[in-house]
Amino acid sequence: MDSPSPPAVLRVERLAKSFGDLQAVDGVSFHVAPGEIVGLVGPNGAGKTTTINMILGVLEPSAGRIEIEGVDLAVDRSRALSSTNFAAVYAPLPGNLTVEQNLRVFGMLYAVDNLSARVERLLAVYDLLRYRRTKAGLLSSGEQTRLSLAKAMLNRPRLLLLDEPTASIDPSNARDIRAGIAKFVDSGHCGVLWTSHNMYEVQAVCDRVLFLSHGRIVLEGDPKTLPEEHGAASLDDLFVNVAQEALHAGGAT
Amino acid sequence: MNRSRVGAIVLRILYLYRGSPQRVFPIFVFVAVDIVLWGFLTRYLNSVSRADFNFVPALLGAVLLWDFLTRVMQQLTMALFEDVWTRNFLNFFATPLRVSEYLAGLLIVAVTTSLLSLVAMLALAQIAFGLSFFAYGVALAPFLMVLFVTGIALGVTASALVLRLGPASEWLIWPIPMLISPFAGVFYPIAVLPRWMQAVAMVLPPSYVFEGMRAVGAGNPPPWDRLAIGGGLALVYLVLACMFFFAVYRSVIRTGLIARYSAETVS
Repeated sequence: MDSPSPPAVLRVERLAKSFGDLQAVDGVSFHVAPGEIVGLVGPNGAGKTTTINMILGVLEPSAGRIEIEGVDLAVDRSRALSSTNFAAVYAPLPGNLTVEQNLRVFGMLYAVDNLSARVERLLAVYDLLRYRRTKAGLLSSGEQTRLSLAKAMLNRPRLLLLDEPTASIDPSNARDIRAGIAKFVDSGHCGVLWTSHNMYEVQAVCDRVLFLSHGRIVLEGDPKTLPEEHGAASLDDLFVNVAQEALHAGGAT
Repeated sequence: MNRSRVGAIVLRILYLYRGSPQRVFPIFVFVAVDIVLWGFLTRYLNSVSRADFNFVPALLGAVLLWDFLTRVMQQLTMALFEDVWTRNFLNFFATPLRVSEYLAGLLIVAVTTSLLSLVAMLALAQIAFGLSFFAYGVALAPFLMVLFVTGIALGVTASALVLRLGPASEWLIWPIPMLISPFAGVFYPIAVLPRWMQAVAMVLPPSYVFEGMRAVGAGNPPPWDRLAIGGGLALVYLVLACMFFFAVYRSVIRTGLIARYSAETVS
């Protein structure tokens, strides 16, 4: 008899996406529980961003099912996404709006209650008060990342998708951001799917890690014990091994 | 349809207008330049013409109405381009925003800014050149309505093309009104066109407006039956344009183009 499924903020079942002959994501299944940070790692082209885009509803899967908070994304996209948010280094907020204007516009998109108070709170938490009237396009990379994260927290998401959230910021800022997100997740309200190429970061923040290669999950486990279980010195080494295997499997020379 | 989400789309554009006068400029200034240019031209034509014909309502009135249609289309497309230029589709469509709400927001922006343009045009034409649009009587309302709906239909179609073909398709979009104008009989009766062009004119809603405008200008009653055909055609085009937009949206979600929008044309 199957054990009952754990409660999940995100449940992905046999998700697949092909672009012509290319199978970008190939039957991926996983879940993210509340209070859990799940790392999604893999070499470039493994299918991480494709997976995230499908969860965000901006890319239609070829097959499979995505449930957010028990709501089927394909059936009620708007309701499913109302409890989701994301931050990605490749999706900066409109540079021609100020920091505060961006937060207000996105707050309205998520129909956030008591928006003014929420915006003030996030400006303070993400140290953006002095930039509130600065256009987002004029901010440094680190400040833009903080703004993206403030936007991602607007609706107190149950599912947070972070695609390389610390890719363009200095180690000090990155540490603060990791700590802030970990604290938010510790409340047990939210589950996070976190992609990164920084294995130190994955090991530091993630409760579980999924290694993606050629659109498939090839390894899954606790990032702190996984390297040893697979005879690697570190998560970094394990990543390199997986990437090299992927390269050979792909027929590259 | 969620009012907060539609409001967010409108608010985004209002913020842009508030923060950059150069966006407000075209709403009034380009329109004024057109009125001044054509106003003096019609005055000159009136002074040299021996015929008992007033060029002011025939030419300046036509320019004004045609500008209105063009403005409606451009305002809608410009609102979409703001998201194209800032590569904002991923941010917007990864929220609960529905595409119908996005389109409704763009429409509200286009309606508001076009009406502002129209008021400026009417005031300037009246004050500077004595062209009173109220001379068209009750027919003015359907004239404007048909052109308005046609402008929206063109704007929605143009927006769908941009969504599908990418930012570089901008150069395909702007000349659309210019391509239509020879067939629409903006400045001359449809009867002067060759037969094949007349056939094209019959499926263009603006041609019914400009024919009607000339009829009223000549002292005849408004051709209500013809205006009804023009209005019906405009509504059909609006429905088709919206269907096209939704189909393109579904297509870019299927292919992932909306998440991979780049600064150049996407195939």
